[in-house]
Amino acid sequence: MSLVEETNAELGSPVVPLPPQPLGTEVTPPKKARSRGRLIWWRLTQTSRFWVGAVTIAVILAWALLGPLLYPYNATGRDPLNMGLGPTQLHWFGTNGIGQDLYAQTLVGLQKSLVIGLIAGPLGTLIAAVVGSVAGYMGGVVDRVLVWCINLLLVLPSFILLVILSPLFKGLSWVFLTVFIAGFSWMIMAQVVRSQTKSLRDRDFVKAARYMGVPMRKILGRHIIPNVASLLIIDATLGVVAAILAETSLSYFGFGIRAPDVSLGTLLAEGTSAAVTRPWLFVFPAGVLIVTLFAVSLIGDALRDAVDPTSGVNRD
Amino acid sequence: MTNLLLNGSPARPGRGQTPLLEVTDLSVTFPQRGGPAVQAVRGISYQVHKGEFLGIVGESGSGKSVSSLALMGLLPSSAVVTGSIMFGGRSLLDLNDQQLSRIRGREISMIFQDPLSALTPVYTVGDQIAEALLLHDPALTKRAAQVRAVELLTVVGIPAPERRARAFPHEFSGGMRQRAMIAMSIANDPLLIIADEPTTALDVTIQAQILEVLETAKNLTGAAVVLITHDLGVVAGHADRIAVMYAGKLVENGTTQEVFAAPHMPYTIGLLRSVPNMQTAGTERLVPLEGRPPSLTALPRGCPFAARCPISLDACHETEPVLLVHGNAGPAGMTAPGTAAPGAPVAGLAEAAHVAACHRSDEIADGVLTRPDVFPRPAPLAVAHREKDQDAQPVLTVTGLVRHFPLTKGGVFSRQIGTVRAVDGVSFSILPGQTLGLVGESGCGKSTTILEILEMTKPQAGQILIDGRDVTGLGRAELLRLRKDVQIVFQDPMAALDPRLPIGDIIGEPLTVHGVKPAARRARVAELLDLVGLDPQMADRYPHEFSGGQRQRVGIARALATNPRLVVLDEPVSALDVSIQAGVINLLEDLKEQLNLSYLFVAHDLAIVRQIADTVAVMYLGRIVEYGPVAEVFARPRHPYTQALISAAPIPDPVIERRRKRVLLQGDLPSPTEQIDGCNFRSRCPLYALLAPQDRSLCESVDPVLELHATVQTACHHVEQNELAISASLAGREEDLVL
Repeated sequence: MSLVEETNAELGSPVVPLPPQPLGTEVTPPKKARSRGRLIWWRLTQTSRFWVGAVTIAVILAWALLGPLLYPYNATGRDPLNMGLGPTQLHWFGTNGIGQDLYAQTLVGLQKSLVIGLIAGPLGTLIAAVVGSVAGYMGGVVDRVLVWCINLLLVLPSFILLVILSPLFKGLSWVFLTVFIAGFSWMIMAQVVRSQTKSLRDRDFVKAARYMGVPMRKILGRHIIPNVASLLIIDATLGVVAAILAETSLSYFGFGIRAPDVSLGTLLAEGTSAAVTRPWLFVFPAGVLIVTLFAVSLIGDALRDAVDPTSGVNRD
Repeated sequence: MTNLLLNGSPARPGRGQTPLLEVTDLSVTFPQRGGPAVQAVRGISYQVHKGEFLGIVGESGSGKSVSSLALMGLLPSSAVVTGSIMFGGRSLLDLNDQQLSRIRGREISMIFQDPLSALTPVYTVGDQIAEALLLHDPALTKRAAQVRAVELLTVVGIPAPERRARAFPHEFSGGMRQRAMIAMSIANDPLLIIADEPTTALDVTIQAQILEVLETAKNLTGAAVVLITHDLGVVAGHADRIAVMYAGKLVENGTTQEVFAAPHMPYTIGLLRSVPNMQTAGTERLVPLEGRPPSLTALPRGCPFAARCPISLDACHETEPVLLVHGNAGPAGMTAPGTAAPGAPVAGLAEAAHVAACHRSDEIADGVLTRPDVFPRPAPLAVAHREKDQDAQPVLTVTGLVRHFPLTKGGVFSRQIGTVRAVDGVSFSILPGQTLGLVGESGCGKSTTILEILEMTKPQAGQILIDGRDVTGLGRAELLRLRKDVQIVFQDPMAALDPRLPIGDIIGEPLTVHGVKPAARRARVAELLDLVGLDPQMADRYPHEFSGGQRQRVGIARALATNPRLVVLDEPVSALDVSIQAGVINLLEDLKEQLNLSYLFVAHDLAIVRQIADTVAVMYLGRIVEYGPVAEVFARPRHPYTQALISAAPIPDPVIERRRKRVLLQGDLPSPTEQIDGCNFRSRCPLYALLAPQDRSLCESVDPVLELHATVQTACHHVEQNELAISASLAGREEDLVL
């Protein structure tokens, strides 16, 4: 109904609020023409969510990297005198049943989980963006083949596949696990990107670019991907979360990170059974995991609003 | 219930008695969280008498729809409504929803803009009309309701109503759906029909039909009609009174004659002068009404129109004028009966008078300020004296272009069950510096034609020559060079600009394709912004920060970036508000002269085509049926379809509009999948209906081709007879002009 349009026209408040200018009247111009990247950065820095998330993540990263250097114990060494103790001045997060220091283990596990999550999440989104937009934009045979691949991967149970393949990859490092997690997490997003691309392809501004002779690669990069960017950013953020969780569950069953490596996943797995009797074994790794995921989500949310000023909180 | 066909006594509006509807000081505000409230309607007062036809005119966002939704009690619950609405002695604002429901549909009915979303897709049209009847008359049996529904469909002119009553809304065309909506709205003999932009989504020929039906419905039921529209032409022919709204206020109210002949408010003057008129188009420049209405959340002090008003005084920025009666009298015989003293504030009583809200209305009314003083016509186009080489090579030549889409059925083993003949052998050419107007109803193949040209791939049949070069079989690099010469401006400027890019990047995009360096690109973008009348400083703003007219200027700037020779304009102003259209049209005319551009101008608005085009091609069902110089085609249309199109286009002048003869087309555009033998216009042709049987057989068997008659090519077998018919209607029209 026109009422909605009429009011929305007024409500759709731009991020950079400017009063309506009659044609030809002078406006106070910004000092310098801003590029798109700088404008996004500027908008990003205006949101407090971003700062909370970014500072938290920065602290966590610095802690994960530098923490072990400033701490006397390492993740594998045992303290036979202090087995199964709660947090003390000596062992900040306490020790487990065989005297390993939980603080050191948490830091090492955090490192591993962060690395896997930060690589696998965006990698999956990247695959989804490329496959989805190419399939949606080109259509025809390319589309059909790619959709067929997506559907095939969707029906393959990734967990069982990994269990079956696991003997083959025993010798391989966590890199395989990362690629595997990414390789099985992009399909649904690719479907979403594909359908979005299909509708974007018929929009006038994409047509305009095509009639100007802009090559496909550039149309995808300039018009299609930025227009689904908010989706992709959310997906990449959630991908980090999902990847860390996937690693956790795989590690729990012994198919992911194996000894002597530790990740937050293995620590959690070990700690769950003792959650009631020796809560520090569970609470500290879980707390670190939650704070990390929360910080990543905040950044993702703020980024989405900066990239796409018409989405999220700005839309009424 | 009595038969509808018998009980309606079309009484002329009798002013003086108690009005049917009396709106007093109605305000609607939408409070907003964390921001100033949206003041959609700010204290409007008007009256509608029994059997009166009131036209409410305004731009989008002027509050015209909101005010009538308030009337129906259909506003969201967050809206704050104050003032009073008296309808038949009851105050509508004091009724609860249940009580209102009894009035809605029975005493007041509404016709919406989009008939598809106003009809439920899961019930048949007949059932929906019957529902409207049963709801308000429990004594009626289901059978009787169905019979009445069929009767109502007959009234609104739906062919084969028994069969159509059992059809679903999606089986109806847009025009038929709107007819069904009208049938539903008159089902219970309402006292008041509110029509909210009922013809905006429809083609011009269908629009003419619908307005006729609305007029019939009004006469049958004796109901008053409130028609809300942005199109002055629509109200000119039908309304008794006109109320002009701007920024949530009524700024002028008077009889149609008064408002059109002697408007007192500069906004009305601007609107009237900016609308291209079929009678005068092409001979003089349009008067632009620049700027845009103020934001309803941050209204300026004083008159809301002051920022756009060329005659604003200091006082206009200080205090907001109220509706007053101005001047002593309009032209003799045009003054309303309830004459109030000049300068007297309108307190409901003197409502029948011609009122306007402007500090300078007295000067306008007394003739001190004439209309050209208020909105001067811009200087005539500075025609560049180029050597007009008549033998120049056409910029674009299209010969026998064909585009058929196969219609398939079945998923796995799809088979072709038909063909959509979107474009079926179209030929035309455009000389340098010339404009070709491509006209036709929606679905006639205009858009497919231009898409085929712009895709620059091999057509299914026929040939596309750009600058004499065939587009088929060109290499990538050559094609890219050719693309430089042909650019497009789209209909909806919001959809055509990538919302994620600043306009500087959008305008510079064609340049990146051709490898222009960033510094040179920025310079060119600034130059282009200047060219289209925007501030070059705005280059890093995003499209949503601009108004519709400004966005379209951005679209034009982008099209001009590569210095093209041909610009394809796909309905470039039809998505814009009326007041802004003139500015964009003037810009296009200026640019064409300055840069020696050629335009392929696709439009359904004939007045605008007449204004800007040199040559016109009228398309019907994938064919060009008439092709020739614009002045000749408009003065002497030879094809019955062209004739109907021209006569269906409303003229914003009540005197001409009410007297001119109309050639109304029957029905809708047939489906392009149908294979029609002979002339494909036959099914709707008004001439075919008049022809002798032996002449008809020619139409039925032989497909007419374009033949030259004087300077115009026409695809009709009976042009001679047609000319006779035209001369009759033309005589009538010239007579009107004299009157």
